[in-house]
Amino acid sequence: MFRRLPETTGATVTVSIDGANVEVRAGDTVAAALLAAGVHQYRASAVSGAPRAPYCMMGVCFECLVTVDGVGNRQGCLIPVREGMRIETQRGKREASR
Amino acid sequence: MTLSSKEYDIAIVGGGLLGAAIGYGLARLRQRVALLDDSDAAVRASRANFALVWVQSKGFGYTPYAYWTVRSSNAWAEFSALLREETGLDVAFQRPGGFHLALSEDELERRAAYINQLHGQSPDFPYHVEILDRSQVAAMLPEIGPDVVGGSYCELDGHCNSLRLYRALIKATAKHGGKYLASNRVEGIAYENRAFRISTSAGEIHAGKVVLAAGNANMHLAPMVGLEAPMRPERGQIMVTERVTPFLHYPVVTIRQTDEGTVMIGDSKEEGTTPDGLTLPINAVMASRAVRMFPLLGRLNVVRMWAGVRVMTADGFPIYDQSESCPGAFVACCHSGVTLAANHALTLAPMIAAGQLDAEVVGPFSARRFHVPKAA
Repeated sequence: MFRRLPETTGATVTVSIDGANVEVRAGDTVAAALLAAGVHQYRASAVSGAPRAPYCMMGVCFECLVTVDGVGNRQGCLIPVREGMRIETQRGKREASR
Repeated sequence: MTLSSKEYDIAIVGGGLLGAAIGYGLARLRQRVALLDDSDAAVRASRANFALVWVQSKGFGYTPYAYWTVRSSNAWAEFSALLREETGLDVAFQRPGGFHLALSEDELERRAAYINQLHGQSPDFPYHVEILDRSQVAAMLPEIGPDVVGGSYCELDGHCNSLRLYRALIKATAKHGGKYLASNRVEGIAYENRAFRISTSAGEIHAGKVVLAAGNANMHLAPMVGLEAPMRPERGQIMVTERVTPFLHYPVVTIRQTDEGTVMIGDSKEEGTTPDGLTLPINAVMASRAVRMFPLLGRLNVVRMWAGVRVMTADGFPIYDQSESCPGAFVACCHSGVTLAANHALTLAPMIAAGQLDAEVVGPFSARRFHVPKAA
């Protein structure tokens, strides 16, 4: 769905997305990196289980919630990617224990 | 008799949980009901409720209130089934039993002494509360923190989804022909020709009977129809977390996990009548105690906090009364509008429909008790 502009260049870092290692562009947010990597469902909503993806990309809508390094319900659009970061998409409610 | 659009059998003043429960109970008995509500900006106790259907501690110092509470707790399963049948809405009533948790030996001792005194009020006190040690509590609440030394447990305690309860009551009232009239703040009530003429911010309503269910505003409304409702409002604050998977399978009096996964924390009792604004030092204590009870709460995001005003009568117990000078006028005041909703719909409403409160059942809640000389 999303493609990078052809003039985009720059360093990359490696993160894991649902257990698979993926090279993403340094400086991207988690939400942007997931979109560029072709992830279209970030979570299933907490009550109805509806598929959700980012809407505002600026910290307001809380649709891009993912688990980052074991902490649930992080706003992916506000967190820059880091080498070795573990990103997991979510199914339903945040797990109470993480 | 044909009734005009502004004439009703019964006008209920106050469209919160209490008024809606009474209104539903009357509407299902084929009474033509008007539920007169204020605007959205009104101070509403129903907005600040914690959704417990709670028994333990109720009736301390007044055993009739313990009986009344147990009666409602026992009627709640039938009540919620009835609402589901009427509206298709599940109000998520559960009665797994509930806890008070103690964070020090001193707190536990004080709780045990309180429960002892409660049980000792009457040889046939209507419910039992157990004092449990830490390991007994941990067997039921495995997520407790190291500071929890024990607690008290009552198997009659439960909770529900009170937002859905309110919606179900309004929907069920409408299904039976009741009218919910928003932005009809009641400004005056006159008793004329054995009926009531009610002036509201939107006009005039005529009704054969009137029920005052306007929370703390009952204090000012009751004297208009020869009744009284001495009140002392109390402020409380609530915070709520994001939704998480179920971990808390029993409500605690100050912490409960809702059917949709959020965790509500509400622990404050403050003097005052303004619901506006939060008191951060109080929120900090509430949050700190909650995290000591369940450390995993410390990792969760709080998504909302708000303050509200509780409906408190002068002695904290409900008032149900009928007017002698204006027959057909009734007053109802209570703090526990969720817990007592089953009684209000299934027990109190039929008495109002019949025009006579049953003294055997609600006699102890007449406001006449405030006139007993202190020395008696």
